[in-house]
Amino acid sequence: MMSPAHYLFLSLALFLIGCIGVVTRRNVIVVLMSIELILNAVNINLVLFSRIFGDVAGQVFALFIIADAAAEAAVGLGIIIAFFRNRETVFSDEMDLLKW
Amino acid sequence: MTSPGYFLEHLWLIPLFPLISAALMFFFGRHLPKSAVSFLCVGSVFLSFLHAAGAVLKLLSFDPEHRVFQQILFEWITPGPIPVAGALTPFIADWGYLLDPLSCVMVLVVTGVGFLIHVYSIGYMGHEGGYYRFFGYLNLFMFSMLTLVLANNLLLLFVGWEGVGLCSYLLIGFYFLKKSASDAGKKAFIVNRVGDTGFLLGIFYIAVTFGTVRFTTQGLANPLAFTGITETLKALIDNNLLLVGAPALTAIALLLFVGATGKSAQLPLYIWLPDAMEGPTPVSALIHAATMVTAGVYMVARMNAIYQLAPIAMDVVAIVGATTAIFAASMALVQNDIKKVLAYSTISQLGYMFLALGVGAFAAGVFHLMTHAFFKALLFLGAGSVIHALSGEQDLRKMGGLWNTVPATSRPFLIATLAISGMPPLAGFFSKDEILGRTFSRVATVDRYLALWIVGLITAGLTAFYMFRLLFLTFFGLSRVSPEVEHHIHESPKTMTVPLMILAALSIVGGWFALPALWGEESSFEKFLEPVLRGVVPETAAVIFPRHTLLIEYLLMAASVGIAGLGIWLAYNLYIKYPQLLTKLAPLWPELHNLLIHKYYVDEIYDALFVNRIKDLSTALGLFDAKVIDGLGVDGAGWLARVISSLSMWWDKWVVDGLVNFVGRFTRFLSHPIRMFQTGVFSSYALMIMIGLVILLAYYGYHMQVLVRNLR
Repeated sequence: MMSPAHYLFLSLALFLIGCIGVVTRRNVIVVLMSIELILNAVNINLVLFSRIFGDVAGQVFALFIIADAAAEAAVGLGIIIAFFRNRETVFSDEMDLLKW
Repeated sequence: MTSPGYFLEHLWLIPLFPLISAALMFFFGRHLPKSAVSFLCVGSVFLSFLHAAGAVLKLLSFDPEHRVFQQILFEWITPGPIPVAGALTPFIADWGYLLDPLSCVMVLVVTGVGFLIHVYSIGYMGHEGGYYRFFGYLNLFMFSMLTLVLANNLLLLFVGWEGVGLCSYLLIGFYFLKKSASDAGKKAFIVNRVGDTGFLLGIFYIAVTFGTVRFTTQGLANPLAFTGITETLKALIDNNLLLVGAPALTAIALLLFVGATGKSAQLPLYIWLPDAMEGPTPVSALIHAATMVTAGVYMVARMNAIYQLAPIAMDVVAIVGATTAIFAASMALVQNDIKKVLAYSTISQLGYMFLALGVGAFAAGVFHLMTHAFFKALLFLGAGSVIHALSGEQDLRKMGGLWNTVPATSRPFLIATLAISGMPPLAGFFSKDEILGRTFSRVATVDRYLALWIVGLITAGLTAFYMFRLLFLTFFGLSRVSPEVEHHIHESPKTMTVPLMILAALSIVGGWFALPALWGEESSFEKFLEPVLRGVVPETAAVIFPRHTLLIEYLLMAASVGIAGLGIWLAYNLYIKYPQLLTKLAPLWPELHNLLIHKYYVDEIYDALFVNRIKDLSTALGLFDAKVIDGLGVDGAGWLARVISSLSMWWDKWVVDGLVNFVGRFTRFLSHPIRMFQTGVFSSYALMIMIGLVILLAYYGYHMQVLVRNLR
């Protein structure tokens, strides 16, 4: 039998992997994918606690977040393509015009 | 008092007509044809003459004691306080006109002779450029002169006085492209300024002595509401506040006379008049012979009440007059310019008038003024006609033999010459004889007048001599006219000769007012002027003339006619009969001849004494201006401003801006570490968010732990 702790650890692992991905990867597409990981970590948490407390609101929220993630991926990829057309790069360390 | 009637009520129109046409000339004259200019300008003077004649006739219909009419048009200088005898008194000057017997004479002479000269000018100036300008100035002159003679107070008289001075300047310099003409204009103007300074001081002195500048209150509708010089003077004398011969009266009289010497070309300010002959000849006739130069005589006669109470001033007037008369006559003897002879003659005759005023014979002075206006205007116009005929030749040595060539000019000229020489029964005889007779009658009481009489008599002889010299040289003897001019000799047009004839008639009959004097009675002219000239204290010696017997009277006449005849005989012998004598005479007294030719070197003396000194002063002031004012003042100020501004710029750059920059740099320096967080790479921002989140959670978690522990 899997205890809620298993789910929470999975969620934590996903979240940390996502965070490390966001901070360390240069490729913006990978960063976007890492953000998806973070969002899914949150979804697991929401569904888990929805089951534990028998409240369906958490699952509804998870559905919202999935929709939101899809929208975010679409906008994010759009921005990246537009950016690539201008600068011919998708590396975040080359996107540093707005510094100091 | 009878009603004034149209002409007296419209006295103000007399000066206004010429003013209007003068204004028209100035604004539109350029676009008007010559015929319109002549019509407007001559017509306006004719209207003035008609109105003047009408007003004088109306005045004559009053009884002699009330022949005075005064009209105040408006208050010109509004009441302002001036100190009179230690107390502040309101001072008023009005713009008003006064017509009394004295101004009657003047206004008729000015408009009458003025009209004739205007008509003459149509012919004389017909071929000249600036036709409208000439007539505009001439009409402006008529306005000023009429304001002068009709003014009811000294300040308004002064306005006219300056106006005629201005017109004189403008007309002398009419040919302003000629340097000598513009110089002569300036000379006339500047010399007159010297006299006018005295005149103005005299007016001020009168204002603070009498508190008014109005001549009289007579003829006003409400005389008690006003004050006049005559009435105030009478009150002061009656109350013994002023004595006969008081210093104040003498000072006033002398100051006014300084003005008269300038305007009427007396010693020592006569020098401008000969130069004034640079102007067109009608101008010389109108302004520098008949009217303007007599303004001084008119003014002294107008102020006779004061003069009669200032015996010292009277003596000065008489002596200056007599000296000028003989001095100018002697200079006229040798002049070769036809107009210059007449100019010196005018100065000499004005001297006669002042001699008359100085001995107290005011009426005789004014009488001579009138007759002189007739025959001297005629002489000038005749001379102008000759000059016209000879295409501009003015040198007597290049004339001669014109008697029958220009008959309409030469006959009137002879009449005028006889008149000025004092031949009976022409005008000059009566007036000159009157002056000499009056001077001689003073000898009975005061011996020193004998010298004045002798000077006057000699001048009469000199006058006859130089006038006949002029006549003989111009019209008689052999023609010395240069051949190329000879072809063009022509008689002047009718517009020029008709005024000559009218003036000739006036030169004959003009003296007949004085006929009763031949029978030992008072002349009608004198009787006419008596109300104006009687003074305020009847018993002052100045007006009392011991009457001499008829025998002495006739002897005096014989003397003056005799000496004039002598002068004519001399001139005839020297210039007609034995012309070769002249060449032998001149070298006999080379010094004297030189002295006369050079006009006693007066111009040179004035140049050395005043003109060049003033030029030196101007040069010095100019240097001062260039070196000190410009060099030190302006350039120095510029240099100083530059130094100060560069200092100020340095301060601005290093201190003010430096402070601002320092604040900026300091802030930038302080904020530098914080700025470094802004890397521009979003993964580092994400890292920082996470670190922040971790710290926040750690803090939160720690506090929750404490809270939970405390709950337990």
